[in-house]
Amino acid sequence: MTHRSPPSRTVRVDALSRVEGEGGLDVQIEDGRVSGVQLRIYEPPRFFEAFLRGRHHTEPPDITARICGICPVAYQMSACLAIEDACGVRVDGPLHELRRLLYFGEWIESHGLHVYLLHAPDFMGYPSAIDMAEDHPDLVRRGLAMKKVGNDLLELIGGRAVHPVNVRVGGFYRLPTAAELAPMRERLLVGLDAALETVAWVAGFDFPDLEHHHPYVALEQPDDYAVLGGRIRSTAGLDVPVADFDRAIEETQVPWSTALHAHLLDGDHYLVGPLARFALNRERLHPAALAAAATAGLTGPCRNPFQSIVVRAVELVHAFASAVDVIDAYERPDRPAVDVPARAGVGHGATEAPRGLLYHRYELADDGTILDARIVPPTSQNQSAIEHDLFDFIDDRLADHDDVALAAGIEALVRSYDPCISCATHFLDVRVDRTGSGAP
Amino acid sequence: MAAGPSLAVWKFASCDGCQLTLLDCEDDLLEVAGAVRISSFLEASSAVVDGPYDISLVEGSITTEADAARIREVRAASKTLVTIGACATGGGVQALRNFADVEEYLSIVYAQPQFIDTLDRVTPIADHVPVDLELRGCPVTRAQLLEVLAALLAGRRPVLPSSSVCEECKRAGNPCVLVAHGTPCLGPVTHAGCGALCPSYHRGCYGCFGPHDSARPGPLVPLLRAVGSSDPRIVDLLRTFNVHDGSVVSP
Repeated sequence: MTHRSPPSRTVRVDALSRVEGEGGLDVQIEDGRVSGVQLRIYEPPRFFEAFLRGRHHTEPPDITARICGICPVAYQMSACLAIEDACGVRVDGPLHELRRLLYFGEWIESHGLHVYLLHAPDFMGYPSAIDMAEDHPDLVRRGLAMKKVGNDLLELIGGRAVHPVNVRVGGFYRLPTAAELAPMRERLLVGLDAALETVAWVAGFDFPDLEHHHPYVALEQPDDYAVLGGRIRSTAGLDVPVADFDRAIEETQVPWSTALHAHLLDGDHYLVGPLARFALNRERLHPAALAAAATAGLTGPCRNPFQSIVVRAVELVHAFASAVDVIDAYERPDRPAVDVPARAGVGHGATEAPRGLLYHRYELADDGTILDARIVPPTSQNQSAIEHDLFDFIDDRLADHDDVALAAGIEALVRSYDPCISCATHFLDVRVDRTGSGAP
Repeated sequence: MAAGPSLAVWKFASCDGCQLTLLDCEDDLLEVAGAVRISSFLEASSAVVDGPYDISLVEGSITTEADAARIREVRAASKTLVTIGACATGGGVQALRNFADVEEYLSIVYAQPQFIDTLDRVTPIADHVPVDLELRGCPVTRAQLLEVLAALLAGRRPVLPSSSVCEECKRAGNPCVLVAHGTPCLGPVTHAGCGALCPSYHRGCYGCFGPHDSARPGPLVPLLRAVGSSDPRIVDLLRTFNVHDGSVVSP
């Protein structure tokens, strides 16, 4: 904007901020057009799939939780579903409902973090929520209060907010009493009001123009906004059971990332997460959330990634309202868990982490020893779609933006996907490369 | 932004959970932010100030050559360096690969292992640079994190638990899950700090705060065998979130 940049150059964001984990971004520009975009995930690999081999089938909920401190429940739940599937056990009824309740706690905590601490500062013009709080203390306190309700729900059911201890294959170790849940219900109602205010607030932001057309992929269930299990559906017609994940999606490795990239088998990139869930399952939202979405102008699929902050706020409404419903219907089961005796077999599990579909697959020996494990987190599925969106976004703006303005816009766009680099490395420093005449 | 000491938060190989614990101090976050100058905290802010820093909180363990060099730079730029959590203090869950062949691990996860830069062994921060304070836990607790920051601000020594989970559990009045229910439990050898969380939730301690200073796993092993744990499972239990060599189990 302030000066003309050379027609060929590299724009690099060395370390992306306000994302979970660390990565960067390189953009190559040749003769005034974008020629390449790479999300560089340089966080060191941690080899979870490898050291799960030889461990016992009861251990993945605790071990895989450590892949991500922001969404440990997602890992615990996908692991439980996959192992129970391998052992031919289905956990339903009140134990399933209690799992949903725990998961809503994580959605609230994670979405609250992203909407208020990571993403909103971009629209409000601050480097952080802490700086934003100097001018808008009540706004930031509202976000922190909502996030705290999510954490307290996680602590009540799970024992602690990061890496809950109360999840096991088959259910839980200890069940909450109705008397313990009652005060939480009142706090969730306060949180619900705050979430509704949040939808109205973020819907009024000024969103940059961008429309993408990737297939959206999410779990689907006939009578719920799917969280735990379901069929894998896409806006392009994919409709398969979770067990067919491997036949629908493949992962490949690229040199600039320690996270694997996922593609649909026809080679197309795709997007998981709030935008995908909303596009495929909007009509199954809690009525309070569906109404809030309509008020915010979202009556159909949303295809501007910057507006995902509105969808996250709508999902906050859904999580608070649905959590209240679970507590209202709660009847303490007789036992905290069902038995899951080991047997030889392969099991698949998928759940909707705050950032999107999280798939686990385990192969067990007859004594429960894990022979093979596979984990596909949402961020590695989204990497390719993010790179395509960045390509279009930057190409449209090259002519009238200098590299500083470009890098800021790029970072804001990357943040809108809520990428979790810690998950993806089992991302972000932006570099723009302008080669050719005039390059430094 | 307030005056006060400058604070930086650094991430190495980890899950993000310990630095998230700082953002999870919802009631105190803005007060903390008012008492220190947050100078480098990439997860929370895009405004980064160059060092030196009065306080550095370090999450994660060292797994690459680049990170081994980076932690030396962080140390050089930091007056007080505090490791937060099991990865930084004890290596963390990813140190399980110290017991395996890294080449084989690479080939299990990555089709083209030549793109991946990784060291043979995962090591805690103290193997590379002097550490002023170590916080245990996978993850650390909010209370201990705030206690450390409060103590550093006041120029006093932080008050941190030094006993075992077993002692915390007795004080909490829990029935012993090992004796009463035959549940394998690492409470007797695990560093205090969680408030005996797992036994309070009717399960055995799995050692996420690491061994306490005078831990003697030897005498615990026969008790674990007596409740039906096989030796390989005892080794697994001892070496998950804080690496232990498992040698006490050898016949």
